[in-house]
Parts: sequence; structure tokens; C-alpha cells
Amino acid sequence: MKETEFIIPVGPQHPALKEPEKFLIKVDGEYVVDADVRMGYNHRGIEKAMESRTYLQGLYLVERICGICSCAHTTCYTQCIEEAMGLEIPERAKYIRVITAELERIHSHLLWLGIAAHEVGFDTLFFYIWRDREVVMDLLELISGNRVHYAMPTIGGVRRDIPPEKVNEIKKGCNVLEKRTKYYKELILNEKTIHNRGDGVGVLTPKEAVALCTVGPVARASGINTDVRADDPYLVYDEIPFNVITYDGCDVTSRILVRVDEVLESINIVRYCLDHMPDGPIRKVVSPLMRVPEAEVVSLVEAPRGELIHYTRSNGGMKPYRHKVRAPTLGNILAVCEMLKGGYIADVPIVIAGIDPCLCCADRIAFVDVNTDKRWVWTDEQLRRYGVKWYQQNS
Amino acid sequence: MAMEPELLKNLTKKPATLVYPFEKFPPVEGLRAKHMWYADRCIGCGLCARVCPAFAIELDGRGKDVKGITFYLGRCVFCAQCEEVCPKKAIKLTQEYELACYTQEDTILKFTKE
Repeated sequence: MKETEFIIPVGPQHPALKEPEKFLIKVDGEYVVDADVRMGYNHRGIEKAMESRTYLQGLYLVERICGICSCAHTTCYTQCIEEAMGLEIPERAKYIRVITAELERIHSHLLWLGIAAHEVGFDTLFFYIWRDREVVMDLLELISGNRVHYAMPTIGGVRRDIPPEKVNEIKKGCNVLEKRTKYYKELILNEKTIHNRGDGVGVLTPKEAVALCTVGPVARASGINTDVRADDPYLVYDEIPFNVITYDGCDVTSRILVRVDEVLESINIVRYCLDHMPDGPIRKVVSPLMRVPEAEVVSLVEAPRGELIHYTRSNGGMKPYRHKVRAPTLGNILAVCEMLKGGYIADVPIVIAGIDPCLCCADRIAFVDVNTDKRWVWTDEQLRRYGVKWYQQNS
Repeated sequence: MAMEPELLKNLTKKPATLVYPFEKFPPVEGLRAKHMWYADRCIGCGLCARVCPAFAIELDGRGKDVKGITFYLGRCVFCAQCEEVCPKKAIKLTQEYELACYTQEDTILKFTKE
């Protein structure tokens, strides 16, 4: 260790979002030399709990892995079980699953945009985005009955239909969302605050992005064309025309723009699905206490944060023998360490927030000065204030 | 600098939030909240208690001898699987969503057959 280096622990409480994760950041003055991540502070034992629950009870447990991407988890889980049972679900159910999933993506990306604005100290934008996010939350409440845990997909189809009068309301909501998102895109392109804090910050080159197995919007912001919806279509994504958004800025600004464009793309997918939804039944009747034949299944879904993997192994009983979940954040967390290297301490919150970490799916930040071996722990709020103040003094 | 017109436009608008206990957002159709149990319809099959992912339902007696049902609302995740699985539509989730209370006993919802 050199004389001037320092290790700062950040976390496990609130490194960027309000979730626990520990980062150890080696610093030399204001520069970050190295970063390390300590996972597991938030271990909840869900995979083990799955083994003592029936398949239907497990559905509601996987939904609660994460509040923001609850529909992605249930879609992935139900696909897994249906594949193992050899069950083909009705066409209309597939469309309804896509609509819920895309509305969820809009809500997740708008939520993240607000957080990103908050992390760079642009609280006005944060409040405006979150106000408009209520539109999509209301739409989700309209179709599913709840704002967060929608409980829409079930084994064999979906639980609620979308009647024609609700279709019109969703379309109206989509128009409002499209108008507002286009305004925010314009704003992000022209606003100096975002460019001062985002351009050239947290750079992840395409080569590193591939080597570190990044997924989702983080990979796409580094110019990697990867999207489960296009690469390995599930549900009805092979019938829906949509573009995979990529940017080659490799920095925080690109990650913001990728997500804004994805919101616009998702609005178009929702509209297409509403227009092309076939009539018919919405679910196949499956016994609530069903047995799943012996099988080993992997299912992939593009969650708002990236590729989500569920793996199930059944031994013919009413409960899974093993259920494994690989959340997208786990794929991206190693890349954060790479992104942090060479940057300033003040950029730590926005770089961590840049991957849209969903740490309940996948733990705080400690700083260590490498020369004196002095350690101190910062919470998210202290770190964010430090970042905003530092930029005010140094620009 | 790009936000000023938007800010000025919103100066005259009223707040986007509601003053909660005084103004209430009407619950949407299909909201899953407090349970209701219809004693005359229940056949005591016990399916609701078996499928509950939170183990929040206790059925008192089985078959014709069913005497009552207990919902532990503190544990309930409001997924409405019990409503869905009931063959006689004896359980219904109402739209009464204000369930905050001061003691743990108040979270237990008991229905008995007269």
C-alpha cells in the first residue's frame, strides 16, 4: 500500500439506492484506485424457502424477491414451471403478460431516471419524473388491482383479463407518458447538469462489458447489442416489431439515454399488443396442488435491469427440489468495480446507481485510504451530499 | 437551463399530492384488501388454507362441521389466491384498504358461524 492511499467503506446501508450492499473503495486523495464489493448482507434464504412450498405458493414468494421487477420474476418462474409441465398457455394470456411486463419496464426505468437525477443533485427533475411515473402506476393498478405486486401471471396463463374499456384508458395513459418522456429526453440532451455529471463518468468499454458479462441496459449503453427479447424471444416478442436500443457512449449519460429510449420503445410495444391482442381464454385450468413431472428447466426473461434467469429442478413431487434465481444485478455488479476505477469519490453514487442496482435481488460502501490504512464508512446520504458539494466547489 | 418554462407553467397548478387523511383516492375496482367470509357458502374443504403462500388462514373444523375461519392479516400478502381457489366463492377480498392498527390482536380477523 502506498503512503497516500486510503480505503473508504461505503455501506452496507444505502450506497446509492435505499438498499444494503457494501463497497470497499481504495482512494488516493480524490481518485478511486480500486473498488471491491462484498455481497450477502441482504441474504434472505428465498431459494431454500422455495423448497418447502408448493409450486403455486412459490409463485407468490418469487414475486416478492423484488418489488420493482415483480412481474419479470413471476413471468420467468411461470415459464419455467409451464415448460416442465409441458403446458402451452393461451395466446391472449401471452399478450397480457407482455403488456404487464412492458408497463413494468416503463415504471422501473422512470423510477431509475428519477433516482439518477437525485444522485446528481438535480432534485427538481427527480420530483417531476416521479410525478409522471404515477400515470403508469395507475395503469398497472387499473389492470391488476395493485400498484406493486401485480399477481398477473399464474401457472397456466394470467389471472385477470383486460376488458375493452380498460384498453382505451391504457392508450390514453400511454399518450401522456409518451409526451412526457419525449420532453425528458429533450431535457436530458440539453441540460448541462446531467452532462457535467454524466459525460465520461463510469466508463465501461465494450471489451470489458463483454468480459465481465454485463447484461441489460448497462451492456447496451456500452454498444453491445444484447436483449433476451430479441436474441431468444419468449412469449410473443418474436411477433412484435421493436428496436434494441444501443448507445456507444459507455458512460452514465449513455445509460440514462438508453433507458429513456427504452421507455419510448416499451410504449410502442404496449400499443401494438393492445391492438393485436386476440380474443379467447386467458388461462388454462391447472390444479392448485399440481405435481410437476421430473424435469430440469432454465428460463430467461429480459427484466427491466437485464437478463433474469430462473432454474428449476423437480423430482415429480408437489414442491421443487431446487430453485435458483440469477438476478440481473448480479451480472452487473462486477462491472461497477471496473467503472469506479480512475474516477472521483464524488462520482461513486451515480456510478453505482448507473447500473440500476436491485440489491434486494442480488448489500453499503467502505472507503479505505491505501497509504495510511484509515477506514471510514459513509452512507448513501453522506456520500451523495459530498458528491454534490464537491462538484459545486470544483466546477 | 432547459426546465424554466416547465417550472413557470407549474407555478399556478395545485399540488399533485393529496392531503391523505382528509382527501382519499378512491380504491380501484379489483383492489385486493380486507377479507370477507360467507359462512352459509363455505363447505369446509380447506383448500384456502392449503394454498395460502403466507400460511395466514386457519379453518376451524372441516366439512359440514366448519365453525369459523381466522385470517392473520399481519401475515397475509393479499394475493387473493384463497378467493380464486374457493369452489363456492365463500371468500371475497373487499376494497377496505385502511388496515393499520395499534395492537397485534387487531390484525387477526375472525369469522364464526352463528
